[in-house]
Amino acid sequence: MTAVAARAQRAREPRPGRVREMSGKVGWGIVAWVVAIAFFLPVLWMVLTAFKPESAAETWPPKFTFSPTLAEFRLVFSGWGPYVTHSLVATVGSTILVLLLGVPASYALSVHPVGHWRDGLFFFISTKMLPIVAAIGPLYVIALKAHLLDSIWLLIILYTAMNLPLAIWMIRSFMLEVPSELLEAARLDGAGRIREMTGVIMPVISPGLVSTALICVIFAWNELFLALNLTVTNAATMPMFLISSVPQEGLYIAHLSAAATVASVPVILVGWIAQRSLVRGLAMGAIK
Amino acid sequence: MTVLEDLAPPPKVEVPPRGAGRRDAWQRRLPLLPALIYVVVVTQIPFLVTLWYSFQNYFFDVPGGAHWTGLSNYKTVFTSAAFRGALVRSVVMTATAVIVAMILGVAFAVLLDRKFIGQGVVRTLIITPFLVMPAAAALVWAGPMLDPNFGLLNYLLQPFGVHHVAWLSTHALGSVIVVMIWQWTPFMTLIVLAGLQSQPPDTLEAATVDGAGALATFRELTLPHLRPYIELGILLGSIYLVNVFDAVRLMTNGGPGTATTNLPFYLYTQVNNAFDIGGAAATGVVTVILTIIVATFALRMFARVFQFEGAAS
Repeated sequence: MTAVAARAQRAREPRPGRVREMSGKVGWGIVAWVVAIAFFLPVLWMVLTAFKPESAAETWPPKFTFSPTLAEFRLVFSGWGPYVTHSLVATVGSTILVLLLGVPASYALSVHPVGHWRDGLFFFISTKMLPIVAAIGPLYVIALKAHLLDSIWLLIILYTAMNLPLAIWMIRSFMLEVPSELLEAARLDGAGRIREMTGVIMPVISPGLVSTALICVIFAWNELFLALNLTVTNAATMPMFLISSVPQEGLYIAHLSAAATVASVPVILVGWIAQRSLVRGLAMGAIK
Repeated sequence: MTVLEDLAPPPKVEVPPRGAGRRDAWQRRLPLLPALIYVVVVTQIPFLVTLWYSFQNYFFDVPGGAHWTGLSNYKTVFTSAAFRGALVRSVVMTATAVIVAMILGVAFAVLLDRKFIGQGVVRTLIITPFLVMPAAAALVWAGPMLDPNFGLLNYLLQPFGVHHVAWLSTHALGSVIVVMIWQWTPFMTLIVLAGLQSQPPDTLEAATVDGAGALATFRELTLPHLRPYIELGILLGSIYLVNVFDAVRLMTNGGPGTATTNLPFYLYTQVNNAFDIGGAAATGVVTVILTIIVATFALRMFARVFQFEGAAS
């Protein structure tokens, strides 16, 4: 009763409240914009510097107006071929493998759960807590003896293991959201477990699968530690291309910025376009 | 809810024969096995091999291969000031970055949860640092942003009396931590924002109507609701940030001296500069044991979150 009365009274209230509310809105908006621009500034500066001629990139005070050039981008595109190919193969390959292994596993942890599904889920999460860096020396020796050193297969294998726990966790949460009536109806129609998974569950959770894949892509594309330790040339990825763009001497800031821009833009664009599903994916993975 | 219960199948009365129960159990297990075996093989075997090598004297550049040395690698680890230093710095870097990123994340999420002009654009700008390749972020911060002679930060701070500070020499640890915070605040923002948006609006409205101030509402209603989201952000952030390598390797190379050498970078130098597989393995084993101790507490937290899930559904 009090709620209704108060609301009615507020509706009757004259202007001042409205004006304060409006100015409050504008104020928060300004704060948000300032914070966002400050946060975005390094990215903006990276992109700006990438369009500078090398001589304009290392000046004091920093130059904000200059005649833009594509020279550094041309240089980057002339050398990035093998690196970007390796990165694409490792990223796409490992993401596909993650989904192939992760979807059935999530199914076995949610829809028709195995007896100890809680333990299973905890096991997957716990492998994320073991720092892979701790095993880097032996990993190097194993890769060497298995003739996998400097091979793209090694990166695919390791990136799959790196992303699989998080993916299972996320996909499972999406499967839990599938309405049980839907599953029941499929079962009454005589659908087996495989048909239930491919025909009923997969279409319903496909947006969730997309956001899961997206997060796997981000982590695989950006990974440096394993690539740096276990590859040299035959499987060197984009982060290593970036490192190679820093020479021992001479001016390199514009070139570095161009390479950094090129290396980052694919993931940034994908992330921008799919930010809603990114939020959803993270939140679902986080709570359910 | 009752409708759903009505739709739920009646409890099975007939007891399936023994064989069928076992078949059912295997049918349930089968889809799990490929992933389980894969993860066990790829993530656990390297750690077993690490355990094995931790008792070996094995220098990669010395011919003759590995030979048994008992506990001497461990003796080195426990008496090594370098290891202890790296351990402490790892803890400091991770804790500082995670806590500050979370505080900023909550603040940004509260900002983004309001309606204002260009909300979508602001959210897009704020999440971008998380999407930038960490190696690119590290190199761009080290060069164009923080360089003492032409860096943008020194230029922007000039009005505040800052003149050509060589951030990476004088404030190396702080600089690395700032970059970690910059990259992970968006992640925290996204998780907390999801929590804010899942909050039922009518309880908030009721609180406002009942005359609760904005601050009190936030403390009494919003924060408890956000708690599982915040815990998970902290957990996931810690998992990734404790392994931070790119920023250290590319901004300061662990220096000056060992000022920014964290555990991952320390292990990297043991393998790549000293070729000390045995020593690195022992360091790794100790790291893993410490991690397990911390992770046990973390998993307890997880268990609580799962209970929350049960309560919510």
